[in-house]
Amino acid sequence: MDRDFGLTEDQREILAAVREFVREKAAPAAPGYEEKHELPRDLFRRLGEMGLAGIPYDERYGGAGQPFLTYLTVLEEVASGFFSLALTLSVHHLSASGLHRFGSDSLKEKYLPRLCSGEWLGAYALSEASSGSDAASLRTRADRSGDGSSYRLTGSKRFITHGGEAEYYLVMARTGGEGPSGISAFVIERGWEGFDFGKLEEKMGWHASPMRELLFEGCQVPAENLVGDEGEGFTIALAGLDSGRLGIAACSTGLAQAAFDAAVAFARERSQFGKPIIEFQGLQFMLADMATQIEAARRLYREVGRLRDAGGDYSQAASMAKLFASDTAMRVTTDAVQVHGGYGYMQEYPVERYMREAKALQIVEGTNQIQRMVIGRRLASS
Amino acid sequence: MNIVVLVKYIPNPEGTPEMGPDHRLKREGVEGALDPGDEHSVEAALQLAGSDGEVTLVTMGPEAAVGALRRGLSMGGHKGVHVLDDSLKGADVLVTARVLAAVVKRQAGFDLVLAGVESTDGYTGTLPMAVAELLDLPNVTFARKVEVADGTLKVERQTEAGYDEVECPLPAVVTVTAGANEPRYPTLKGIMQAKQKPMDTLSVSDLGLSAEDVKATQEVMGLEPVAAKEAGEVIEDPEEAPGRVVEFLTKAKVI
Ligand SMILES: Cc1cc2nc3c(=O)[nH]c(=O)nc-3n(C[C@H](O)[C@H](O)[C@H](O)COP(=O)(O)OP(=O)(O)OC[C@H]3O[C@@H](n4cnc5c(N)ncnc54)[C@H](O)[C@@H]3O)c2cc1C
Repeated sequence: MDRDFGLTEDQREILAAVREFVREKAAPAAPGYEEKHELPRDLFRRLGEMGLAGIPYDERYGGAGQPFLTYLTVLEEVASGFFSLALTLSVHHLSASGLHRFGSDSLKEKYLPRLCSGEWLGAYALSEASSGSDAASLRTRADRSGDGSSYRLTGSKRFITHGGEAEYYLVMARTGGEGPSGISAFVIERGWEGFDFGKLEEKMGWHASPMRELLFEGCQVPAENLVGDEGEGFTIALAGLDSGRLGIAACSTGLAQAAFDAAVAFARERSQFGKPIIEFQGLQFMLADMATQIEAARRLYREVGRLRDAGGDYSQAASMAKLFASDTAMRVTTDAVQVHGGYGYMQEYPVERYMREAKALQIVEGTNQIQRMVIGRRLASS
Repeated sequence: MNIVVLVKYIPNPEGTPEMGPDHRLKREGVEGALDPGDEHSVEAALQLAGSDGEVTLVTMGPEAAVGALRRGLSMGGHKGVHVLDDSLKGADVLVTARVLAAVVKRQAGFDLVLAGVESTDGYTGTLPMAVAELLDLPNVTFARKVEVADGTLKVERQTEAGYDEVECPLPAVVTVTAGANEPRYPTLKGIMQAKQKPMDTLSVSDLGLSAEDVKATQEVMGLEPVAAKEAGEVIEDPEEAPGRVVEFLTKAKVI
């Protein structure tokens, strides 16, 4: 089966180069970074050098001006070799997308070239300790100074991927009253006074994707660093998440593919009752279901990517892709452990890590309950 | 600096090669790639050419061989020349060298010709020397470092014991080892731009070569599998081991 059916020649060639990089450089390095709980910053930089840190962004700002679909297929490819590296690319992208779509020219000129080249890394800060799914209830304050030249940020952001590692932060904070319309988005740089980080969070997985709390204690942010208008922050945050969810769907597909490939290889090699276990129908049916679900997830996220590239309304479809692909990743990685039997539970094999990595995909960028809610609400309202 | 790089398209270097009924490697209708060894000479050329130089990639091979040129162009090469001619099927080293030398001669004002040490599929390791000879140019082999200063080529030539420092006038033909550099991956922009770069397709007659020039004088009579290596000897007794090892090395005239 041609996995890349429907892609253009350009996209196939780009994928071939990425595949090579992933096979030769990224995949072999993955276990080391995961073990050290270290961000693969050098590999991210190399992706940047290959022109992959700003694929869908304007060439004017250092991007490659390529379809969003190209970016998604690259993410899948990277995720199948080194999941956390794909995640890095995806979060980086999420942080830049709000600026790219809503930022002023001068703000874009200032930050996007550094982000697109991969010289700078981005983070996206919406969640807080007491506001997750209900993100519009966030409490971090951004108070405008009397002369209007700056904002003062106070509060904290929880669960922030790349917290402390990134140079650039897209931060949602409250400039007005309660609810979504009181929220604004800001670009904040690491190193600014009054902006600090909590300790490194200890997580179930995603170890090579460090996460810290962001702490704002009267951090002064110049008014130019407001993205879009005051009160537009929640719209910006959600627009980013629509694209981000497709990114998570692509990462999920890549992760599921890696688990599936490992399961097939193991099932061919492992013998019980005098023959390779892959010859047992019970196992074959499991593998057949895994393969089918992965292919469906791939077709779905790619088709929604095309819808986005064509300028269509893809918000509901992006939720479907994220929901389906991340549930697929969870199921496939769990079954990949099952195919491996006791060996699957051992750290000696990669599938136990894949299973831990899959879990968070059902939680981030809107839990899968929230995705169903987004899809369901549209059904109820139309 | 204008540099010509001789590149080869080979059947998938990670796969198992298939042999045809003529006892030659099947090259048509199989997946292939730029010879990984040649990536090092392309990289060396790009580094030497810098921002104002020009890198021309030259290949001889079937239709698909254009893939080798495309890869080199997406890494940053400037133009490609593909010699494509049915009469070249089954060409031996000398014929290939004649063809490539004829292409190089057409590149006005070239300063340097780079090639890999040997191809990953054929392993003869003799082509670059033949090209140098036909062009009447000096030839430096096994370069692990290539520099040009004041119009002179400075090469660190890998040897078994270490390396030699070699100087030679330009133009010259140099073979580059895998240790010379780490080839860059094609960039997204490079891949997109490669399609717009100039690409020449030439036939044998375009090169002014006759049918006689491209007639292979080498014939492959048959194929034999390489004899399997004999299993090594394991000496378990630590008392006995040093003596036996010395004995073995002495016999092999290593010490
Ligand atoms: C590994 C990881 C990385 C992350 N990275 C980032 C980041 O970079 N930036 C960032 O801003 N955030 C990040 N997050 C936070 C993430 O977005 C939130 O965890 C997520 O939105 C859920 O919020 P919560 O954890 O507060 O859970 P809650 O919202 O408290 O949800 C708890 C449970 O209740 C369910 N639930 C809540 N509301 C409803 C409802 N209305 N109907 C049905 N069920 C509901 C949820 O589905 C969930 O099962 C990250 C989280 C993780 C785990």
